[in-house]
Amino acid sequence: MILKKKELSRELKNFTINFGPQHPAAHGVLRLILELDGEVVTRADPHIGLLHRGTEKLIENKTYIQALPYFDRLDYVSMMAQEHTYSLAVEKIANIKIPRRAQVIRVLFAEITRILNHLLAVGCHAMDVGAMTPFMWAFEEREKLMEFYERVSGARMHAAYVRPGGVSLDLPLGFLDDLYLFCNQFNIRLDEIEEMLTGNRIWKERLVDIGIVNSKKAIDWGFSGVMLRGSGLPWDLRKTQPYEIYTELDFSIPVGNSGDCYDRYLIRIEEMRQSLNIIEQAIKLVEEGPIKSTNYKLNPPSRSEMKVSMEAVIHHFKMYTEGVILPFGETYTATEAPKGEFGVYLVSNNTEKPYRCKIKAPGFGHLQALNEMSKGHMIADVVTIIGTQDIVFGEVDR
Amino acid sequence: MEMKIKKFEELSKIVPILTYQRLADENTIIVSVDKLSFALKCLKLHFGYQYHMLSCISGVDFLGKNYRFSVVYDLLSLTFNTRLRVKVFVNEVTSIPSCVDTFINANWWEREVWDLYGIYFDKHPDLRRILTDYGFEGHPMRKDFPLSGYVEFRYDEAKKRVIGEPIELAQEFRSFSYEMPW
Repeated sequence: MILKKKELSRELKNFTINFGPQHPAAHGVLRLILELDGEVVTRADPHIGLLHRGTEKLIENKTYIQALPYFDRLDYVSMMAQEHTYSLAVEKIANIKIPRRAQVIRVLFAEITRILNHLLAVGCHAMDVGAMTPFMWAFEEREKLMEFYERVSGARMHAAYVRPGGVSLDLPLGFLDDLYLFCNQFNIRLDEIEEMLTGNRIWKERLVDIGIVNSKKAIDWGFSGVMLRGSGLPWDLRKTQPYEIYTELDFSIPVGNSGDCYDRYLIRIEEMRQSLNIIEQAIKLVEEGPIKSTNYKLNPPSRSEMKVSMEAVIHHFKMYTEGVILPFGETYTATEAPKGEFGVYLVSNNTEKPYRCKIKAPGFGHLQALNEMSKGHMIADVVTIIGTQDIVFGEVDR
Repeated sequence: MEMKIKKFEELSKIVPILTYQRLADENTIIVSVDKLSFALKCLKLHFGYQYHMLSCISGVDFLGKNYRFSVVYDLLSLTFNTRLRVKVFVNEVTSIPSCVDTFINANWWEREVWDLYGIYFDKHPDLRRILTDYGFEGHPMRKDFPLSGYVEFRYDEAKKRVIGEPIELAQEFRSFSYEMPW
């Protein structure tokens, strides 16, 4: 029997499915409405806001110091990077300089945070795609790094360590030695992860030529961080608009060739190596000195000083009852967070509370390009693309 | 950080600027609402500025002012490594022309401003709420919206679903003002 082609073709309607919000590959609470033509995605409509906690509104009702811990909880895998941005914004409005030791410590932790984030990004990405083992290895290393967090601040994740005017506590004894030991062994761990993934046929089949973004598209979509560099643009705020001591450090910015998921994976791995490099350089730059600015309008005086100076007691009391008063001003301060450009648009109005604190999260910008990136790909590739965008809903939903 | 921004006078020949501000090393221009689309397009396409990237759009609520809201566009030029803030001021009833045709990534940022402030964007292709819950009422980032909101949710055992009720606080929300008492 010969079937005529005409009889076979029927009117087919596209299939719409609901992906998430409770899906392990959705990296949290992403709800995607996917329109499918067979197994090919024709439209992806992300519904976000399921983790919306009103951070910006809450910050408007808190003092400048109380607002700081909210930044840990935005992107909860790169905590200190965000505290850092906020602290820089406050310092910019208050117009104060911080001591050099504090700057070096901040850079140390910014880079530790970058490794923390990229380990999770690569590990979870690999797990989404089907490789379980690198995830375990990455999390073991993450645990070691979070111990460094714990040693300086007492908290593994939500450290509230970087504060306006410096950092909250000095490095404990032997900290730098242990950090150096970590750096020595971490390169080998990275090699192991790379050995498992970089040349892996399955990994490459899932990542190469998936979610290609050319450089023009990347700029149009307002990408930043790895997403922008993956498309071949050497743009890194640590180099282009340097802050703290990044001008003194010697590091390079990896860029991608083809702008696909595989390139972005390679960039993340290379950035971790560069971060290690930066940490090793920064360890050598740590010198004796204060860790907070001595401007008592922004930082509390030391305990010992409070025992002898009435003025210090007054400053301390004012600091913790009234808070810090910032003059009229506004700033958009951005730093290179592990995920991209994390910006804080802070408006102050001569009171102890921020009048407006807009948080520019890199993930928000990346996620809105999901439709375009996943169009024409298979449904399984959507998971790869979510993974490569390194989405964390704490920052997307705020 | 050395910014290679050109003189504002030079800029005002090309872009219709109302006023400009310079705070530390940051530059802000204020434009009128009807010139906004043109100004943004100019800044993006003009060879001497090339603000190709829109970092973010934020709303600010100045409750009690004539023009209650300001909408702030943060632009970034990768070519010249400069940032520029473009501001417009509107009241509750005026809408703002959407700039999605100039910057495609303005889509979600404008949705967010609409959702949180209730500022309407003309000709936006898809102006839905984005961050708040399905069926949410009001615009929570407005200064006259209380921090604790109006509705609280709980699981109702009898109805076997989550229900929303008017909020009931055991203690009124207290906002402490630490203004100088002496």
